[in-house]
Amino acid sequence: METVKQLSLFLENKPGHVYSICKTLGEAGINIYTLTLADTAQFGILRLIVEDAEASKALLEKEGFIVNIAEVLAVRIDNQPGRLAQVAEILNKEGINVEYVYAFANRHIFLYRVDDTEKAYQKLISNGFCVLSSHELFNTNK
Amino acid sequence: MEKSALQALAQKDFMSRDELESIQLARLKNIVSHAYKNQALFRSRMQEKGLDDTCIKEMKDIQKLPFFKKVDLRDTYPFGLLSVPMEDIIRLQASSGTTGSPIVIAYTREDVACWQEATMRALMIAGIGSGDIIQNAYGYGLFTGGMGLHYGAEGLGATVLPISSGNTERQIKLMSDFGVTCISCTPSYFLHIIEKAKQLGYDFKKMKLRNGIFGAEPWTNEMRQRIEEESGIKAWDIYGLTEISGPGVAMDCPARTGLHMFEDLFYPEIIDPETGEALPDGTEGELVITTLHKFGMPMIRYRTRDISVIVKGECECGRTIRRIKRIDHRNDDMLIIRGVNVFPSQIEAALLTIPGVQPHYHIIVRRHGDLDTLEVQVELSAELFGDTIRSIEVIQKKIGNAIKSIIGLAVTVTPVEPGSLERSMGKAKRVTDLRNK
Repeated sequence: METVKQLSLFLENKPGHVYSICKTLGEAGINIYTLTLADTAQFGILRLIVEDAEASKALLEKEGFIVNIAEVLAVRIDNQPGRLAQVAEILNKEGINVEYVYAFANRHIFLYRVDDTEKAYQKLISNGFCVLSSHELFNTNK
Repeated sequence: MEKSALQALAQKDFMSRDELESIQLARLKNIVSHAYKNQALFRSRMQEKGLDDTCIKEMKDIQKLPFFKKVDLRDTYPFGLLSVPMEDIIRLQASSGTTGSPIVIAYTREDVACWQEATMRALMIAGIGSGDIIQNAYGYGLFTGGMGLHYGAEGLGATVLPISSGNTERQIKLMSDFGVTCISCTPSYFLHIIEKAKQLGYDFKKMKLRNGIFGAEPWTNEMRQRIEEESGIKAWDIYGLTEISGPGVAMDCPARTGLHMFEDLFYPEIIDPETGEALPDGTEGELVITTLHKFGMPMIRYRTRDISVIVKGECECGRTIRRIKRIDHRNDDMLIIRGVNVFPSQIEAALLTIPGVQPHYHIIVRRHGDLDTLEVQVELSAELFGDTIRSIEVIQKKIGNAIKSIIGLAVTVTPVEPGSLERSMGKAKRVTDLRNK
């Protein structure tokens, strides 16, 4: 199975937080491929895709952040009507719950966090979707 | 001090009740007479009640005597309760005075010796003595914690590291480098030390640290359990208060069924805080202490505002001096929320029943219109934070339910980042009350 490691950070709603995270990684020469921020009235969760997840985690923990690593599926989805619906249909049929999904803005690659990663991976592959490995994801970006 | 002299000192905790009670009575008569002659406020209060210094015939007569409260110390600040000439005073200590003007306590040479005896006896219960290296991380200075433990440990021939509080990284380095066997500080500060040591990569299990003497703030059994699990040391509860002398008024024993009060020096009573009526052993109420052997500033029937019980029956450790129930809350700390009495310690106990919840919390009380609300800020750990908002909401709910089941009120649980709540080097401040502001 090919998955991509994603960093999840718990954040209080305070100004300057996202900046300090990006700055920490930037100064360490770590490239952020994409990120998404989910928030509630009290707190937020920042999710990041970086090349070396373990090293970034250690770095951010040193700065005092709570960081967890989650496995997500990087699915290439053509920029055509109905393609996203097709993915949703496959997952729905199998009873797989999507926790969250976000995208690489200009690359037609979507990141899926689901409750059954293995099954979702197999079903997407067997339906002809391309699910990228970390290697493929980071190298096609350059 | 000779080994035999130390043994004799430790044996004082085991004397027969008859012998103890005869010492108590003789000392009570003596201190009442001394205070009556030399402490104007005590004398005038006695006279108001139609009493003089001959009124003590048996121990029970103590119940006739007037009470003293903290406000009396404030009203007579600084030296109004001084009962010997200033030339006989060799030490002054003061409380921080966070809730008003400070209070001052003056000690004669004999008072300092008495205080030292008490802290020595307290440390001996924990098995501390010559051969131990004690890192005394209580604050040195006007606060009684630092000096109190220092004299006690030194009296036993232990090696004292008078590091005081603060500079946590250095605390941990020296603890490790010097092979420290015992630490003394507030439980909240030790929690901070544990946390910092982990961050710095120290392993407590590899250190020589075996015992912690913790006091100067109320703490729960759940907190004790957490400290022991995370550090592998034995956590002993020591009780004391500046007004009475300092730390070493009462001390935990291995049986952990209460703190033995050195009652040949400090006589305990439990009263009904509303009526002032003395209550029998085994009943919960406010702890009142009389200093039986303290002359610079005797405290007769001092109302501590601490809620406790004098534990009935004999302790399995064999000590004959009575025990008071561990003090996990003070009357002063009580919050009244929508008519319900809430103690921060109840919230602490609820939090620590949930695995993974960090013992760092802060309580904020607000008033919206006529409604009081409680917010509990809790530091999240990676263990608790999954990766989704739902995982956090689940833990918020779990914490909220645990608190509600104990205090009966719904609270708002706010997860905060680790390390974001203030770490205390001394007494932890757990509550911010924004009502009336």
